[in-house]
Amino acid sequence: MLDQTFYQKADEIIAFYGKKPASLIPIMQDIQGVYRYLPGELLTYVAAQIGITEAKAYSVATFYENFSFEPKGKYIIKVCDGTACHVRKSAPILEAFQKELGLSAKKHTTDDMMFTVETVSCLGACGLAPTVMVNEDVHPKMTPEKVLELISELRGENK
Amino acid sequence: MIDNRDALQKAAEQAKQEIASYDCRILVCSGTGCIATGSQKIYDEFMKIAGDTPGIVIDFKPHDEGKHVGVKKTGCQGVCELGPLVRIQKGDKTVQYTKVQISDCQEIFDRSVIGKDIVERLLYKQKGVSYKSPEEIPFIAKQTRLVLENCGKFDAESFDEYLAGGGFTAFQKALFDMTPDEVVDAVDKSGLRGRGGGGFPAGRKWKQVARQPEKERYVVCNGDEGDPGAFMDGSVMEGDPYKLIEGMMIAGYAVGSANGYIYVRAEYPMSVARLRHAIKELEDRNMLGDNILGTEFSFHMHINRGAGAFVCGEGSALTASIEGNRGMPRVKPPRTVEKGLWAKPTVLNNVETYANVPKIILNGPDWYRSIGTEGTPGTKTFSLTGSIENTGLIEVPMGTTLREIIFDIGGGLKDGGTFKAVQIGGPSGGCLTEEHLDVPLDFESIKKYGAIVGSGGLVVMDDHTCMVEVARFFMSFTQRESCGKCVPCREGTKRMLEILEKIVNGNGELEDLDKLEELATMVKSMALCGLGKSAPLPVLSTLRYFKDEYIEHITDKKCKAKVCSAMRRFVINPEYCKGCGKCAKNCPVGAITGVRKECYHIDPNICIKCEACMDGCAFDAIYVES
Repeated sequence: MLDQTFYQKADEIIAFYGKKPASLIPIMQDIQGVYRYLPGELLTYVAAQIGITEAKAYSVATFYENFSFEPKGKYIIKVCDGTACHVRKSAPILEAFQKELGLSAKKHTTDDMMFTVETVSCLGACGLAPTVMVNEDVHPKMTPEKVLELISELRGENK
Repeated sequence: MIDNRDALQKAAEQAKQEIASYDCRILVCSGTGCIATGSQKIYDEFMKIAGDTPGIVIDFKPHDEGKHVGVKKTGCQGVCELGPLVRIQKGDKTVQYTKVQISDCQEIFDRSVIGKDIVERLLYKQKGVSYKSPEEIPFIAKQTRLVLENCGKFDAESFDEYLAGGGFTAFQKALFDMTPDEVVDAVDKSGLRGRGGGGFPAGRKWKQVARQPEKERYVVCNGDEGDPGAFMDGSVMEGDPYKLIEGMMIAGYAVGSANGYIYVRAEYPMSVARLRHAIKELEDRNMLGDNILGTEFSFHMHINRGAGAFVCGEGSALTASIEGNRGMPRVKPPRTVEKGLWAKPTVLNNVETYANVPKIILNGPDWYRSIGTEGTPGTKTFSLTGSIENTGLIEVPMGTTLREIIFDIGGGLKDGGTFKAVQIGGPSGGCLTEEHLDVPLDFESIKKYGAIVGSGGLVVMDDHTCMVEVARFFMSFTQRESCGKCVPCREGTKRMLEILEKIVNGNGELEDLDKLEELATMVKSMALCGLGKSAPLPVLSTLRYFKDEYIEHITDKKCKAKVCSAMRRFVINPEYCKGCGKCAKNCPVGAITGVRKECYHIDPNICIKCEACMDGCAFDAIYVES
């Protein structure tokens, strides 16, 4: 069972976008923005509130890559693997993150819920390839060495 | 409050005076690239210095005695790689500084803002020559900036600055001096073609929407710039959001629509923020909403954020996504102009297309036709990336050759590398080679060679790039992004990817190439939507121009570019090896053996090519043989 505050938050977000089917995606985006994932029970609740079936809500949520039913870490690290980053060697950057944080292609989030590592197709900062985005900040011209620095910097913020 | 034409003109006049009153403007680039290299901190530092310096006034007050200095956040100044970029503008003289650090700010302020000096070491340099003003820099001098004209000059978060630069004069002209039909006609005559990739004439689209019997219509902007390696539209949205909105307002007036939607990719948070800011500002001043400038025309703007689906760049998938559905394309007809968003007639164009509109209305179709080629008038923005000296955002007239773009503007290959190919049009495009460098770029000309202009991503590749691997890379992208609705795309991309993986892993057979070509041709002709139809293009074009590389991978198990790890052989150079044994210890599979103080040996049959030995070697004794 989710805490009551989840439903209150959902109500606020639903009220902001309006109780209509077209509000589904922005509502889910905002809920995920708050909790860093989309709690399944809450999605069921949202569906009923905006007048769509639960099946429809899940079909939309699972279609888009950005929605996650699994809780994500405090820092969501998106390693860009767009064309420009790829030709400027983004693969070792991803490997460095995964190695340092004990993650893999299957396991994206650290057990302490601090870091989630994923890839993204393009961040639009191709001039500075290879790039990495941590939450909403873009980090330019990454190297495996800078990956280690970045991780220790982020860990430092939480001490 | 701006509620009639007079008030708008007065506001523009006042904004112009305010800009003219500056003794100096510090223009800090605030595009995604420069923000990433720390330009926000540079902005804060200049604000602090200006605020702390006696006699300097940041906020304009008429009849103020102090020296009036403005610190502004502008759109992309172009040479992203040399960020953070800062321009110091005094009257019509501008100096461009590159790679500005916080420690440089005080010096710039003292010498260039207060004084008349130039900080030489921060100037743009190319081949030993320093350039002072941005207009002199070859990278910028050879461009024609229409869509990007305001980027780097005006504050991207200020409606007043947009007005001062001539903003909304086109909208005024359309609203007061032209009928909707005349506006549609002007766009039609200008020959403006959709810049999203297809190149469909925008005017024809507008005309079709305008003559639909259904009166409820929509104007939708495709800002879902999903092609990896492309960031032009993002730069326009974050660098000059008002221009895009003005273009959409003109479209709204022309086709009789009261609602505009911009669909922005999730990965562009800054575009969303700047557009929201701009819309709020326009709403607060009555420039958006009901009865704009006291006329019958009402227009409301909405922003929808994408959620990470590349296929939403396709028109019918995009409108489905705005409606709150899975973003899947549908069978056409009916086309978007008849039944688009909420099954109503819809004008759907991309960011750059709308951003072209104000200038066309202002200067007329003949002026627009004088730029570019006959079939494709106007300019095109490109993002220039990959193995090139000057990466960044450019805008050139249609018909410019790749040679001019890559060598004159881009400054040639990075580190003096050898040009191998340029990938154009993203995952829907193809690779062009040396022999195509002199083809004038427009929608028709390069189609012949199996590529498309697409939205405008140009990724330059040197001889360290393996073309088979590039084809595999794009195929893995389109396969992952295939929405799964139609069989040719869903299954075809999967099978093509399997074949390509087999080849780069060294298990390819010659008949795979025929299979690959057959599949590619089938998907190209059978897929439901534009994305599926163009998904095989990277394979087809690499097969056409680099077949020998495929064959080499298959028969000789060789990758010339030394990229495909399955074909790399790691060797220890006896001249450098000190016999320390570290590599043997680092090797996770025990492939390295040897005696201390003598040269070690790697067994290629056991080696998994993980590079651990190479990374750990203190003497650089391990190299890749191919």
